[in-house]
Amino acid sequence: MLQLAVVSRLPLIHGTADLILLALAAWASQERVKSAWQWTVLAGAAVTFISGLPYFVPLIGYLLVTLIARLLQRRVWQTPILAMFVTTILGTILFHLLSIFALQASGTPIPFQQALSQVTLPSALLNLILALPVYTVITDIARWIYPGDETI
Amino acid sequence: MRASRARFWQAAIIVIMVGLVLFALSGYMRPLFRVVSSPLISAQEWFSSRFIAVYEFVTVPRDIATLRARNQALENEVAGLQAQIIELQQQLREAQLLYALLDFARARPQNQYVAAAVIGVDPSPFVHYVIIDHGSDDGLRYGMPVITDQGLVGRIDAVTATAARVQLITDPGSVVNVRLEGLSAEGQISGSITGEITLNMVSQDVPLQPGILLLTSGLGGNYPADILVGQVVSVRKSTTELFQSAAVQPVVDFSTLQAVLVITNFRPVDITPLLPTQNP
Repeated sequence: MLQLAVVSRLPLIHGTADLILLALAAWASQERVKSAWQWTVLAGAAVTFISGLPYFVPLIGYLLVTLIARLLQRRVWQTPILAMFVTTILGTILFHLLSIFALQASGTPIPFQQALSQVTLPSALLNLILALPVYTVITDIARWIYPGDETI
Repeated sequence: MRASRARFWQAAIIVIMVGLVLFALSGYMRPLFRVVSSPLISAQEWFSSRFIAVYEFVTVPRDIATLRARNQALENEVAGLQAQIIELQQQLREAQLLYALLDFARARPQNQYVAAAVIGVDPSPFVHYVIIDHGSDDGLRYGMPVITDQGLVGRIDAVTATAARVQLITDPGSVVNVRLEGLSAEGQISGSITGEITLNMVSQDVPLQPGILLLTSGLGGNYPADILVGQVVSVRKSTTELFQSAAVQPVVDFSTLQAVLVITNFRPVDITPLLPTQNP
């Protein structure tokens, strides 16, 4: 709701932040969280239902974001915020590339270079700015939900 | 003897009193009064000022506390009134918007409208869709045109029972057939990922100029005819191309879109089966 009502109306050039992507990336970056894939499928299905993007593009895009977050979480677990930043950048770029190719395949004329420079890069920057606060909130929620799994 | 002496003194005192009164009334006693009253007045002032100082010392702190509390209460009241003013201004704006839509609908009685509020924007920046708060329960169907009192907004792309998704004319996948006001020519407008609208498919011999208004032509059966779309801003003409194109300024401000009208008695025509197919 916040994404649809507020964040999508606040563009930078022609890009917008994606709170759902950030929340999924932050949730999947939490070591104690076991339900990242289920939430990803749920969020992907919801956005597929709402968005005008070709079917299942949001679902596949968010699954890619969760996959990146899970892979990085196992490799750079000592600096999870770094993993969050990398996931945000890579996830945004991959999601947008997927969107561009899917739209082009469905017959919508999308100039690739313009899409990258005027939509993807500003979106990545906005997502990067919001990554830290979203990660903090999601970490607090994860600690609240899984209080006993403190990592030593 | 004693009684006559007492009467004498009484009469003398009365005479003296009357004399003094007469002297006083005539102003002869003023210097004497001044001499006598001056120390009395000074003493009275001294007592009064000391009393007031003591009184203020005892009572003023309580007054300051009272004033502070009163000030706080008034500030709270002012804040409440300011919030009320903002809320009323918001309601006034909404009412003005709805009145404008109502006037527009009354001016075109041939169409049936359903007013809807814009409740969301598509989360993807690559497409330009908005979500409205009315759906199939209110008679909305796929393909119905969506307008405001200013002009064309787009058309319904997906419907649920209580909400619908509207594809704006700025969407990169949107194509609208238009006619050029004042010229016997037609063209097509298409959106883009940046939200800019481009007029295409205009023949080279058409004298396209900035300022020309664009209205829906009704061709293709997707939109009713004669809905204002936008205005030509700049023309791009190249002799090596078959058609000329132009940048178009839409009449609707899509960044502040709050309420729209859906034309419910217009059914889009699917002409796909009528299109010629290439036979092998």
